[in-house]
Amino acid sequence: MATKKKIKVLVTKVGLDGHDRGAKVVSSLLKEAGMEVIYLGMFQRPEGIVKAAIDEDVDVIGLSYLSGEHLIFTPKIVEEMKKNSVDDVLLLAGGTFPAEDIPTMEEMGIDKVFRAGSLTASIVDYIKTNVEE
Amino acid sequence: MNNQKDRETIESGHRRSNGEDSFKNLSGFKIKALYGPEDISHLNPETDLGLPGEYPFTRGIHKTMYRERPWTIRQLGSLDSPSRANERIRQLLKMGATGISLCLDMPTIMGKDSDDPLAEGEVGSCGGVAIDSIEDMRNLMEGISLDEISINFVSNSQSAVLLAMFVAVAEERGVPLEKLTGTMQNDILKEYQAQKSYYFPPRPSMRLTMDTLSFCNKFLPRFNPISISGYHLASAGATPVQELAFTLANGFTYVEEGIRAGLSVDSFAPRLSFFFKAHNDFFENIAKFRAARRIWAKTMRERFGAKDRRSCILRMHAQTSGSSLTAHQAENNIIRVTTQALSAVLGGTQSLHTNAFDEAVSIPTARSEKLALRTQQIIAGESGVINTIDPLAGSYYVEALTDQMETECYKYFNEIENLGGVISAIEKGYYARIIADSAFRYQEKIEKGKRTVVGLNEFFEEEEIDIQLREADPGFEDEKVSGLTDFKKNRDHALVKACLNDIRDVSQGSDNIMPALIKAVKSCVTLGEIIGVMKEVFGEYREDYIY
Repeated sequence: MATKKKIKVLVTKVGLDGHDRGAKVVSSLLKEAGMEVIYLGMFQRPEGIVKAAIDEDVDVIGLSYLSGEHLIFTPKIVEEMKKNSVDDVLLLAGGTFPAEDIPTMEEMGIDKVFRAGSLTASIVDYIKTNVEE
Repeated sequence: MNNQKDRETIESGHRRSNGEDSFKNLSGFKIKALYGPEDISHLNPETDLGLPGEYPFTRGIHKTMYRERPWTIRQLGSLDSPSRANERIRQLLKMGATGISLCLDMPTIMGKDSDDPLAEGEVGSCGGVAIDSIEDMRNLMEGISLDEISINFVSNSQSAVLLAMFVAVAEERGVPLEKLTGTMQNDILKEYQAQKSYYFPPRPSMRLTMDTLSFCNKFLPRFNPISISGYHLASAGATPVQELAFTLANGFTYVEEGIRAGLSVDSFAPRLSFFFKAHNDFFENIAKFRAARRIWAKTMRERFGAKDRRSCILRMHAQTSGSSLTAHQAENNIIRVTTQALSAVLGGTQSLHTNAFDEAVSIPTARSEKLALRTQQIIAGESGVINTIDPLAGSYYVEALTDQMETECYKYFNEIENLGGVISAIEKGYYARIIADSAFRYQEKIEKGKRTVVGLNEFFEEEEIDIQLREADPGFEDEKVSGLTDFKKNRDHALVKACLNDIRDVSQGSDNIMPALIKAVKSCVTLGEIIGVMKEVFGEYREDYIY
């Protein structure tokens, strides 16, 4: 049986906030679920994130937000992806934000938003269903 | 919360059928069904407990505890702009808060001015106040008695600069430095271990902390120069016993460094203070606070030879657990905060911050913050728990658990020592590994239904109650940046340059940096400019990611 290519996920935090518990826990749980995780870590900028996504040829970018920066950085990352014709990568966001911001984030170009308290099973399922083999 | 099937699996598995995880506390200790005299027969009531206000202070640091004076009700007085934060502080004091904690916005936390390109979009973020210059400190402290109201600056890597601004403003206002009260968190070790708002490598950071400690020791005898903080370790995932052990080990490290800097232990140890989390497990939390006092007292006397009883007293601030709050059914958080706050009081804290229930969703509103404040006032005024001192002393369970906390702590102390001490353990990734592992296990238990979170993995509801959210001020960033631009334009540029050169020179040498910083902030040099020069000298820290 041929081994299926592992799904590759880039997990990172954009901006100045260093609360990395969520990003790390999700990374570990995605690894447990059989995915390959590129953990880019904290203090990243949109350009660097998209460059890393291209270099590493990832299937998914997972952004972890906490300090209210989601509406600022999301459009910048989406723009950077467009500029570099990155159109086959799933863009996910997780963290602390008001429910009313979720539709806005999805309009901006996030494929799926997971709020604080989401079970990672739902993230794993979403990725497995939506990453094209 | 989309996966109904997973949800059902989790829900069908609850109700105390948690297998081997049943009846374990957050530290992973197995809790027995019943405790009795045999569990505490090895303890000596005189030497292990003592009386309240007496060594080893297990029963509390004051003879009279809350009968004479309740704990300091300390709430967050921060908002984006210094003058709005000032208004907020006054409001809180009017509503009965007796202390204030002040959070900074992300750029200030990271040592950047509001006009830094990397600050874009984050000025005034995270419910924190933006402080660029002495002007901001002036506005923040306007009309607040610096010798009466204790402000706790939740400030770490930039503490020396903020302290310089605080001192400069006090001098302008003619307040004698020896009367200044307040706290700088200034706990750099836990930044590398958990909170991650570091700029320089650990050793130069420690030097700055020691400079502030020596400076306060000489000129600000009523000020707390370091608040050694377990809270952030716990928020990043450390279990309660890990929080306790790591925090105390950090405390001992500051003591060692202070002694190495030439101070006598009794000259500075009485001003060291602590900050712990009040997490969900009620009795575990109480035991943690009691064990903290006992371990500190014994170590200060036996290992560091402290003679002054105040050196042996562990004074603490506590905060309910932000990381235990849920976005789902957010109003349930009111109850979580209440039981956590009660445990902090029964554990004998000196100061308490209760979280607002909407923090898992957004920055709190004035209404949710007021409710958090009232929660403490109800515990203090109505519950009757303050009527007697340390009511849980002698409880078989609480004493056995306190003892177990102490014993387990020493295992971590040994591990850290074997790695060459705290800084070396940081550099070897020890904390990153343990904390990530504990965070992972905690989440895994929730996901598998082995740890109950009401409203999340039990009693989940698809429908959510709408809660009112705080409206951010979208114009603030532009307003702050343009104010700063004007401020930078209208200053003596040659003087600014000279001050920055001084700071560079002192940073390269070993003299205390505080005088150069005070002169600089008085000469309108900004926080970002100072940190920028220091980075040139000290370099920047990058951690290896371990998860």
